[in-house]
Amino acid sequence: MRAADLPDARFRVGDRVRVRAAYPPGHIRTPFYLRGRTGRVIGVHGAFPNPERLAWGEDGLPPIPLYEVVFAMAAVWQGDGAYGARDSLAADIYEHWLEEAAT
Amino acid sequence: MAQRRMHDMGGLEAGPIDRREHEPTLVERRIDAMMMILRDKPHALWKTDENRRTIEGLPPELYDGGAYYQRWVESMRRLLVEKGVLSDAEIDARLAEVRARHRGAAGGGS
Amino acid sequence: MSGADGRGPQGLAHSHDHGHDRREHGHRHDHEAAAHGHSHPFQPDLQEPSQDWEFLEIALRELLIEKGVLSAREIAEKIDQWDRRTPQNGAEVIARAWVDPDYKARLLADGNAAVAELGYPFEGLELIAVENTPQRHHMVVCTLCSCYPRQLLGIPPLWYKSRAYRSRAVREPRAVLAEFGTVLPEDVEVRVLDSTADCRYLVIPMRPAGTEGLSEADLAALVTRDSMIGTAQARAPHPAPTA
Repeated sequence: MRAADLPDARFRVGDRVRVRAAYPPGHIRTPFYLRGRTGRVIGVHGAFPNPERLAWGEDGLPPIPLYEVVFAMAAVWQGDGAYGARDSLAADIYEHWLEEAAT
Repeated sequence: MAQRRMHDMGGLEAGPIDRREHEPTLVERRIDAMMMILRDKPHALWKTDENRRTIEGLPPELYDGGAYYQRWVESMRRLLVEKGVLSDAEIDARLAEVRARHRGAAGGGS
Repeated sequence: MSGADGRGPQGLAHSHDHGHDRREHGHRHDHEAAAHGHSHPFQPDLQEPSQDWEFLEIALRELLIEKGVLSAREIAEKIDQWDRRTPQNGAEVIARAWVDPDYKARLLADGNAAVAELGYPFEGLELIAVENTPQRHHMVVCTLCSCYPRQLLGIPPLWYKSRAYRSRAVREPRAVLAEFGTVLPEDVEVRVLDSTADCRYLVIPMRPAGTEGLSEADLAALVTRDSMIGTAQARAPHPAPTA
């Protein structure tokens, strides 16, 4: 079920990725607080119908690769939060919301 | 302009968490059950993301001020109308009837 | 949903009479609260519906039934189905993982298949189990709505769906954990999992110390709902083992 090696997935486990800093209208499953933030792919869940299209009753096909991306808390909040130095945050992000991060 | 939508609240300031337990009431469980039945096969009237999109579009006072299942039942109403299963007119008429029935039954009503 | 739905949580007297003609006057029955095996300070359904949104539920339901879209029986059966999904099902899964390393490996590799093995179908979404260790503690939230492994654990608690939890968990997890009485050393990584898509997360809490001799059923009793969300740790055995 967990397609670790999705043939057409653009990113692989270990890749550094940046969440697009985009703010389109509509039903979006990429949280606001992660947009523009840089993290690392720790899992490839497989491909799933696009929720942005499902939200309007469409089939959401073709399916989009879905990644588990981990972020350092410090990279997300930049000091403005109550977390430990090692604390982290992971979220599932669809491929069209990710871009390669500068290394 | 970067716009954060009402439901997208990760990282916002908020007060202490009210940790009191609440066993869903029968009305709440019926709302939950109907939402699931109508979403799932063989009905398949809508998809989870359509329910989410509808809830995200509720008036802010309802999203924040309302009970969790109030959002669901309001969303269900909108989806049923959107899908052409029920009309606003028939819902409003029945709602008026139900209100009258219950206020009468409660006694002491006007 | 599969035939496994005929199965109630183990050892529970889930005999109930609902399923038949549950009207708004019928209410919850006391036996249910007792049968769920955990306490509920609030039993708020012992009164007539009084809110307008509750009337809306009645109106929609009546119209849907009259038009033949739904039947009362269908609704009652669905309620029953959800009533049988409780944190105890999850606790049984966790206890098995604690005592059986092969099962734990399967649970971590494929959560859906592993919980189905114990008779709990989890369909349509990916169930991902994450293991708490002395190095890393996981805590689950859904900042966008209320995603929760409800096919296994049942309807989520109100606080999980609250603005306060959804807003704060990702930014001040240690403050949130402290409100739940959970204080972790600084050298433990707290990892918050925001359930944003088609995956649902189940936390495997650490097995408490001093539980070596306990049966699987006794272990399951230490696994709380909150420990599977990650706002708490599993309970210590009670009474504390004496030397």
